[in-house]
Amino acid sequence: MKPKYLAIPYIVWMGIFVAAPVLIVVFYAFTTADGGLTLSNISEMGRFLPIFVRSFELAFVSTIICIVIGYPVAYILSREGARVQRLIIMLIMLPMWMNFLLRTYAWMSILENTGLLNSLLTALGLPALQIINTPSAVVIGMVYNFLPFMILPIYSVIVKIDKSLYEAAQDLGADTVSVFRKVVFPISLPGVLSGVMMVFVPAVSTFVISQLLGGGMVMMLGDLIDMQFLGSAYNPRLGSAIALVMMIIVILFMYVMNRFGEGEEKAVGL
Amino acid sequence: MTRKPGLFGRVYNGLILLFLYAPIFVLIVFSFNSTKSRSVWSGFTFDWYRSLIQDSSIMNAFYTTIIIALLSAVIATVAGTFAAVGFYNMRRRWRTPLMHINNIPMMNADIVTGVSLALLFVSLGSALRFNLGFGTLLIAHITFNIPYVVLSVMPKLRQLDSNLVDAACDLGCTWLKAFWKVVVPEIMPGIINGLIIAFTLSVDDFVISYFTAGGNVMTLPMKIFAMTRRRISPEINALSTILFLTVLILLIVINVREAKQEEKQKEKLRRSQG
Repeated sequence: MKPKYLAIPYIVWMGIFVAAPVLIVVFYAFTTADGGLTLSNISEMGRFLPIFVRSFELAFVSTIICIVIGYPVAYILSREGARVQRLIIMLIMLPMWMNFLLRTYAWMSILENTGLLNSLLTALGLPALQIINTPSAVVIGMVYNFLPFMILPIYSVIVKIDKSLYEAAQDLGADTVSVFRKVVFPISLPGVLSGVMMVFVPAVSTFVISQLLGGGMVMMLGDLIDMQFLGSAYNPRLGSAIALVMMIIVILFMYVMNRFGEGEEKAVGL
Repeated sequence: MTRKPGLFGRVYNGLILLFLYAPIFVLIVFSFNSTKSRSVWSGFTFDWYRSLIQDSSIMNAFYTTIIIALLSAVIATVAGTFAAVGFYNMRRRWRTPLMHINNIPMMNADIVTGVSLALLFVSLGSALRFNLGFGTLLIAHITFNIPYVVLSVMPKLRQLDSNLVDAACDLGCTWLKAFWKVVVPEIMPGIINGLIIAFTLSVDDFVISYFTAGGNVMTLPMKIFAMTRRRISPEINALSTILFLTVLILLIVINVREAKQEEKQKEKLRRSQG
């Protein structure tokens, strides 16, 4: 027996449970209940344009906030001693091991109108804020849940940078700022890129965070799909069409990002 | 050399850690609150822990989660290891497209994986007469676990010296025997790693389970989702506290063990050099 045949069971499995489901989604998106071809599911997409725009907008904002908050964390951490680095990485990963539903639930009790944040503000004599059930609450929830997915890939790239590169740059007269700008930042971009993918895809397709923190007021693509399959608006064909369009936009986005990333890697000669 | 971060940097990272942990502390503190309020403290109690343990639907969901996670992780690890060995021994022309298909469940949004599997199960189910339930849930978990196993075993195969297998065969091993005696022990760290990843992914998954489990089976994350929608149950807080402490203890044990092993290795190195 040749070793390559060991893969055959999994190839069959992939055919049934990975490839076929994707094809079924495509099939459902383009057919009617009695099996005829149709474009009506796809053409209905226009009706949902505001939800598409909102989902991509909120996912985009959350991703940017994750980069802005997370990048400095990774950079500062990479300059600590080995023991501190290890400890802090463990501390950053620990919350990820708690189910994200629980973490999101915690934010409900902090952000609700009579919640802890508003109690704190009132105690300080400040006006209370209406955050829960607004897009801001959803963004806070997404940033909170996905921030470690941004910090960790950036950190793992920065920490591997050869220390002699810093020394070489400094010997050639670069100050801390230019070392960062010309050495660290360009090399760390692939880390940012994988961070973006790990944050953006779950953010754009979430339905839990928007349901819990948006209270049904902030409908996103995930909610829309959920409604077509397990919710009130039962219509798997329309749901498949929405999922398909979302998938295609995400794939295009990742393709563009990857091309951009390849260009960067060539530019710094990696 | 690079300088250590200054005070400002350390304060910044401290604040971010505070941001990451504040909600968890809130959950833990209010698991001991004597009223159902999520934000007003009114006294200490263990009542929510008691009612949590007495709640049979939560305990059932917990058992389902553990059984599904164990079964799917073990099956996915075996299947994924064989698949990785198979892929590795293929020509690139075949391997590349197969790896792309393998990566689909990882790249796809969970909700798309979930609904597409649900559509498959419903159409197969009406032909073969089965309903969504434990079986479909298990198949879904195996399906999203295998790619991670393949990905964690593959690098170990690349590090493997192919002369080892040839040597074993020259010494009279059949290929299968060489596989068990030479290849498997060498790639073991990758296999174990894959098993751990698969288990944790399975325990943590909500979205794919939600679409593929049907109405009669519930995992713990699904139960938590149902509870959050009712909005009143400090039992969730008690549950979070228990889960958090379990994970904390596990991580500390793993880290202490790793640190000890590193010390030992350093010690060995020092001796062999001295």
